[in-house]
Amino acid sequence: MAERRFGEVILAVQDISLSFGGVKALTSVSFEIREHEIRAIIGPNGAGKSSMLNVINGFYHPQEGSITYKGVTRSRMHPHHAASHGIARTFQNIALFRGMSTLDNIMTGRVHKMKANVLMQALYWPARREEVENREFVEHIIDFLEIQAIRKTPVGRLPYGMQKRVELGRALAAEPDLLLLDEPMAGMNLEEKEDMCRFVLDVTEEFGTTIALIEHDMGVVMDISDRVVVLDYGEKLADGVPAEVREDQAVVDAYLGVAHD
Amino acid sequence: MIYREAGQFKTSYPADRAIFPIVQDRYFVAAIALAAFVAVPLLASEYWLVTIMLPFLVLSLAAIGLNILTGYAGLLSLGTGGFMACGAFAAYKLSTAFPELHIIGVFALSGVITAGVGVVFGIPSLRIKGFYLAVATLASQFFLVWLFNKLPWFTNYSPSGVISAPPRALFGDVFVTGSSATPEAKYLFALTAVCVLALLAKNMVRGNIGRKWMAIRDMDIAAEIIGIPMLRTKLLAFAISSFYIGVAGAMWAFIYTSSVEALAFGIERSFQVLFIIIIGGLGSILGSFLGAAFIVLLPILLSNAPQLIGLQIPVDMVTHLEFMIFGALIILFLIVEPHGLARLWSIAKEKLRLWPFPH
Amino acid sequence: MEFLQAVFVDPFVSIYEYPLFFIEVLIGGLLTGVMYSLVALGFVLIFKASGVFNFAQGAMVLFAALTLVGLMEYGLPLWAALIITVGIMVLLALVIERVVLRPLVNQEHIILFMATIGITFFLDGFGQMIWGSDVKLLDVGIPQDPIEIKGVLINKFDIWAAVIAGMLVMLLAVFFQRTRVGRALRAVADDHQAAMSVGIPLKTIWAIVWSVAGIVGLVAGIIWGSKLGVQFSLALIALKALPVLILGGFTSVPGAIIGGLIIGAGEKVAEVFWGSAFGGAIEDWFAYMLALVFLVFRPQGLFGEKIIERV
Repeated sequence: MAERRFGEVILAVQDISLSFGGVKALTSVSFEIREHEIRAIIGPNGAGKSSMLNVINGFYHPQEGSITYKGVTRSRMHPHHAASHGIARTFQNIALFRGMSTLDNIMTGRVHKMKANVLMQALYWPARREEVENREFVEHIIDFLEIQAIRKTPVGRLPYGMQKRVELGRALAAEPDLLLLDEPMAGMNLEEKEDMCRFVLDVTEEFGTTIALIEHDMGVVMDISDRVVVLDYGEKLADGVPAEVREDQAVVDAYLGVAHD
Repeated sequence: MIYREAGQFKTSYPADRAIFPIVQDRYFVAAIALAAFVAVPLLASEYWLVTIMLPFLVLSLAAIGLNILTGYAGLLSLGTGGFMACGAFAAYKLSTAFPELHIIGVFALSGVITAGVGVVFGIPSLRIKGFYLAVATLASQFFLVWLFNKLPWFTNYSPSGVISAPPRALFGDVFVTGSSATPEAKYLFALTAVCVLALLAKNMVRGNIGRKWMAIRDMDIAAEIIGIPMLRTKLLAFAISSFYIGVAGAMWAFIYTSSVEALAFGIERSFQVLFIIIIGGLGSILGSFLGAAFIVLLPILLSNAPQLIGLQIPVDMVTHLEFMIFGALIILFLIVEPHGLARLWSIAKEKLRLWPFPH
Repeated sequence: MEFLQAVFVDPFVSIYEYPLFFIEVLIGGLLTGVMYSLVALGFVLIFKASGVFNFAQGAMVLFAALTLVGLMEYGLPLWAALIITVGIMVLLALVIERVVLRPLVNQEHIILFMATIGITFFLDGFGQMIWGSDVKLLDVGIPQDPIEIKGVLINKFDIWAAVIAGMLVMLLAVFFQRTRVGRALRAVADDHQAAMSVGIPLKTIWAIVWSVAGIVGLVAGIIWGSKLGVQFSLALIALKALPVLILGGFTSVPGAIIGGLIIGAGEKVAEVFWGSAFGGAIEDWFAYMLALVFLVFRPQGLFGEKIIERV
């Protein structure tokens, strides 16, 4: 694998705390993500990993802490702002638009690139060039993900692994600077996992995209990620390169289930 | 054997996006258009034009409007009748206040006014969805109809509340509205308007805005997270949908019945248009036409069929039968084919493509 | 100016000057509200147990009342007609479960909602085809004469209606809290899948719940029918139960009752004291507008739970 050079810090979360009613989901979590790296967030079930992604892209609003994205510090993100400023994501439970074809699903990832107003679209010709240009870009992604054959199939009819791939395609179509992947390999068989690993690595290499991913499969995480942050019970347990994290006693305890006393 | 797409390769993305990508479809549509624009006005009797074709066209247009809101954007509305009334009365006020205004301008402006009203009633849709929204749209239904009934300003202080639509000419002395216009002129005008508006609607739903609407329909949270602006997209669906429904209401009053009365746009009208899109197909422009044809033809069939086989059924019995059959059909369609007649049509085409060698 | 005075001054003046009249209007409205509550109660029962928004509840009220009157017109005594009507409502529930709900299980809620609109039309047509469409008088022996309590005139009938409604609600409460079937119903309402996995037969539960809703519909139909005559407009009055649900929340029995009272009292008072300022008949839309305004500020209803959305 070619050596990637990490750039500046693209996103940093500082002392994020989030709770629902009385239930604490995250307690004072801080970490940073650098440009072009693959950053994994791991931890046992209920550790607050998905909540962390939801905070980053503005779906949940933390009670405390701040988020610095591309040099601008805020107390919370807004989903629309996050999406229009280069944060795209996939979901743990696939969140595709089931009634639409693969092509249309991926095209929805381009909403920020398409400026033609409704009247232009209704008249067809004024919006035609924009539509074709974006279609060309989406076709690149379809080629990249090797899903040409299912281009016109409604996604509701696709097998699980394919749906995950289409969802990745939709996120990539937005040409994100930061891509959040919520368990991209959950529920996949070995072959599908290998495919997905390949795509994730190719994404950073070809497009230079920064990736933050949540994953359960420790083997996968240690293989593909550059740095790993470990959460447990909503608190940060460890942070570092895979080799360090693997040796960390607290991490081992959390995973093997040593009694908390 | 004739319906084959083998050998038809698309070499550009626009060709792939065409409404009728297959050559045979284009011939078929050309034939239909020829029949609609030439054969029907020449051959059809006045009865056919006035009691079947005109309501069919107007209801198709209203159904396209509701389909944009419900079938594409997934926002259920029971307020169609109220918005049709809004279009009808806007057209009446516009054409009496500005007698010089061209009839196309009158219809377009009454659509725009209805769009504005639709947006106001659509505002709660940001916070509520599903059944809650359906109940909220009932408010627009009952309020608007009440408003047009009660405020004499809307009927220009006519004592009876029933007013006849003013005659307006398209060009010269070719009258297309009011009771003095010929059925042929009315029909051709309505047909042209509906065809143009249907084409515009088709362009929208296959474009970027259509994808945004369907994204909200299929999974609103994901749509919001990938950056589709929720309020703006929903309100746009309300605006465009209400525009179509408003124009349909104006055409109902000016072209079909030649009289403007709020009673024609009660809650029954809302259900009628809803049934059209369920039977025709949710999320299908073609389905809006198929469903409207079905809804217009079924009662005629029901009231005539028994006589053909020598049975005499009292009128109120026919009405009740109609209710039952519509109810049963709705359930049947939802169970067997939620995508309605439009889906059956595309299945038939799929079969035809393979026929007679299914493998 | 005149209009502003008619809206903001005159009504309060007349309320102040004729307090007894105001109380009469208010009580009359509350008692109408009781009847809205009865219809709304049927909705809530079905929504809780099956997640189906049953638009056909109004049609069930009409159908039950039509059947009862029809049977009585054939000369059956009240008790026999009642038993047969209850039987028919249970049969109807079984048929709906088998023909409509079962094939549509796991479909989206909006599809089921539209299916119940289909049921509505079918029932409206079916009931009137069998029993005719002219207005029928229903007399089950509830007294209709007014009585005077401390200077306020109240119709005895309305008091009876409130008593019957109250008894029905208590009966339902006992049924839900104390019986095995009631516990199973509550389990299903909380979580379909979990209930199924512990062996609660979903189909039976649905059939029971629709039967109970049918019987609640019958009670509503008897009261409405005795007051207004049994006719098609009953099905339309039932539409008023929809804003009641918005106010009370779709899953709350107390909500249905309080929502009904608010809507009933609100629209009567509005009509009598404010109606003339707006040209009258504001009863037609007042309830819906109230619900609409309410929705903007508290979408989950008075008693509904706030929904936390997850991805």
